[in-house]
Amino acid sequence: MSTLTLRQEPPERLDLLHVTPLSLKGLSEAEAARLPVGTSRRGLTLGDCFTVSLDGSDTLTIEGGSSRLDRVGASLGGGAIRVVGDVGQRLGAGMASGSVTVTGSAGPYAGSGATGGTITIEGDAGDHAGGAVYAAKAGLDGATLVIRGSAGDYLGDRMRRGTILVGAAGAHAGSRMIAGTIAALSVGDHPGYGMRRGTILAGGHGALSPSFVETGTHDLVFLRLLARSLRALSPAHADLAAGALKRYSGDLATLGKGEVWVAAG
Amino acid sequence: MADLTLNGIPVIDTFAEAFDVAGTAIIITNDTAKWAMIAAVTMTGFATSVIGCGAEAGIDCELSPEETPDGRPGVRVLLFGFEPNGLKDQLLKRVGQCILTCPGTACYAGVEGPTKIKLGGAIRYFGDGFAVAKRLTDPVTGKARRYWRIPVMDGEFLCEDFVRAVDGAVGGGNLLFLGRNHAETLKVAEIAVDAARTVSGAILPFPGGIVRSGSKVGARTKGMMASTNDAYCPTLKGRAGSELSAEVGVVLEIVIDALTSAGVAESMRAALHASTAAGAAHGLVAVTAGNYGGNLGRHHYHLKDLLSKEPASEAGAA
Repeated sequence: MSTLTLRQEPPERLDLLHVTPLSLKGLSEAEAARLPVGTSRRGLTLGDCFTVSLDGSDTLTIEGGSSRLDRVGASLGGGAIRVVGDVGQRLGAGMASGSVTVTGSAGPYAGSGATGGTITIEGDAGDHAGGAVYAAKAGLDGATLVIRGSAGDYLGDRMRRGTILVGAAGAHAGSRMIAGTIAALSVGDHPGYGMRRGTILAGGHGALSPSFVETGTHDLVFLRLLARSLRALSPAHADLAAGALKRYSGDLATLGKGEVWVAAG
Repeated sequence: MADLTLNGIPVIDTFAEAFDVAGTAIIITNDTAKWAMIAAVTMTGFATSVIGCGAEAGIDCELSPEETPDGRPGVRVLLFGFEPNGLKDQLLKRVGQCILTCPGTACYAGVEGPTKIKLGGAIRYFGDGFAVAKRLTDPVTGKARRYWRIPVMDGEFLCEDFVRAVDGAVGGGNLLFLGRNHAETLKVAEIAVDAARTVSGAILPFPGGIVRSGSKVGARTKGMMASTNDAYCPTLKGRAGSELSAEVGVVLEIVIDALTSAGVAESMRAALHASTAAGAAHGLVAVTAGNYGGNLGRHHYHLKDLLSKEPASEAGAA
C-alpha cells in the first residue's frame, strides 16, 4: 500500500488530480515527489507537502486530510484511494472506476461527473455533492456516492445516472435531475425541484414543490429491486425502500417523469 | 431388429438428429407462484414447432423467491427459434401479449450469452412515453442491470432492458416409444417426459412433452415441407417402408430442446433410462429415435451412447 502523509496544513489549495495509484505506479518516490500539486505561482510539489512512500500497489492512502485537498481521486480509472481525514472540493469528480473513501468530510461537488466506481464519505459532504459544476451537462453520471453523514444543499443537482445514498440532505436535493437514484434518510425543502426523471427516496422531507402530485401508495416490483440493491450499501436505506411509502410524481413543471418516495404515515 | 437392450427393452441402434437453434431464457415472477405459472403457461402456448409456431418454448423450472431477482416466486421459460432475429420477434410478441398483459408479472433475463436481444427496450413503447428506465445493481453479481418500468393499470410492468441468446443451443433431440396400446404407451412417454424435464436447461415443447404426429421431410403433396412419418404409423404397417413390427400398435415421440448440446444428451439419457425401466410393465416393444439420414442436423445423439447412466465422453457431438 502506497502512502502519502501530510506534513502540515497546506499553505494553499492543492490539486491532486494526477495523484492516483495508477499514475504513481511507474514513478520512483523521488519522481513522485516532484509532481506539481500547487495551484498558485509558488509551484508546490507533492514532496513539499507530503512524505511519499510508494510500493507500486493499487491502493493509495493519504494520511492526514485537509479541506484544501481538491480533486482527490478525480478521473480515477481504477484502484483505491483512502483518505484519513477531510478533503476539499470535487472529490472523485469524473472518476470512471475504482473506489475513493474519505474518513472525514468532503467539500462541494463530490462525485461530480463520475461515471463509475464508488465514492464513500464517512463524514459530511458539502453543497452540490453529486451535482454538476458550472457549465457541465451532468452531475453524477453512473457512479455510486455514499455519504454516511449529511450533505449540503443541491445534492445530486442535475445528476444523470448512478446512485447517491446519504444520511441527511439539505434543500433542493435532486434538483434538475436528469435521471438516477437518491436515497436519503431525510431531505430538506423542495426535493427534486425541476427534476426530469429519476427517483428520490426520503425518510423525512421538508416542503414539497407544488408541481409534484401525490399518486398514492404502490406495491411496485421496482421498490423490491431498489431495496435489494441498497441492502449491501446501507441496511437502513434498504429498510426504508422496503417499508410503506407514498409516491409523488414530478416535477410537472418539466418533463414530469421523476418521482419522490417518502415514508408513509 | 434391435441389437441393443436397456432394462430388457430393445433399443434400436440409431440416432436422433438435432439442429443448431437460437435459444434464450427469461425469468417470469409474480406475487404468487400460481400467477407466475399462469403467465409462463400462456407465453409458452402455441410454441410446439418452430416451423409452424415461429418458436419452440417451454417451462424449464419453477424458481423459489430466493432464486429470482425480485424475491418473488418465479418460473424460468426457455424459448428457441431458427436464428436470433426470429427469436427476438417471437420473444417480443409473446412477452408483449402474455407477460405484459398478465397481472402482477415482471420479466427478467434468465441466461447469459453473447447475443443481446432487446426486450424491455422495445416493449417500453407501450408506455407511450411514460415509461422510465432504471439501472440498479444486482446484489448477487454486483453488476448493474437496466430495467424498464412501464405504467400499466395495476401499477407497473417491470421488464429487463435486454435478454441474451446463447451460443450452442440445440433443438430436436428425440426418442420414439414403440408400444402395444395407446394408454400404456402414453404412460411410458409420460414417465420419459418427467425424467427428461429433470435436466435443467431442457424443455419438451409439445403437448405434455409428447408428440404423436412425428414427421418426415417433404411430402407427396407439392409444396409441403413436412408430412406424417409414415414409417412409424401403425395403420400403415405391412407396407414397404414401414419400420413397425406386427406387435406395435402405437408410437409416441418426445422432442427435446436445450440451451446446450449436453443438455439434450442428458435429457435424452434420463428419458431413455426411465422409459425402459418402466417399459416392461407397460408393454413397451422398443425405443428408437428419429433422424433424416444424418444430412440435415449437425447434432447426432446415438442411443448406444446413452445406454450408460453417466456420459462417457462427448455425447451428442457431430
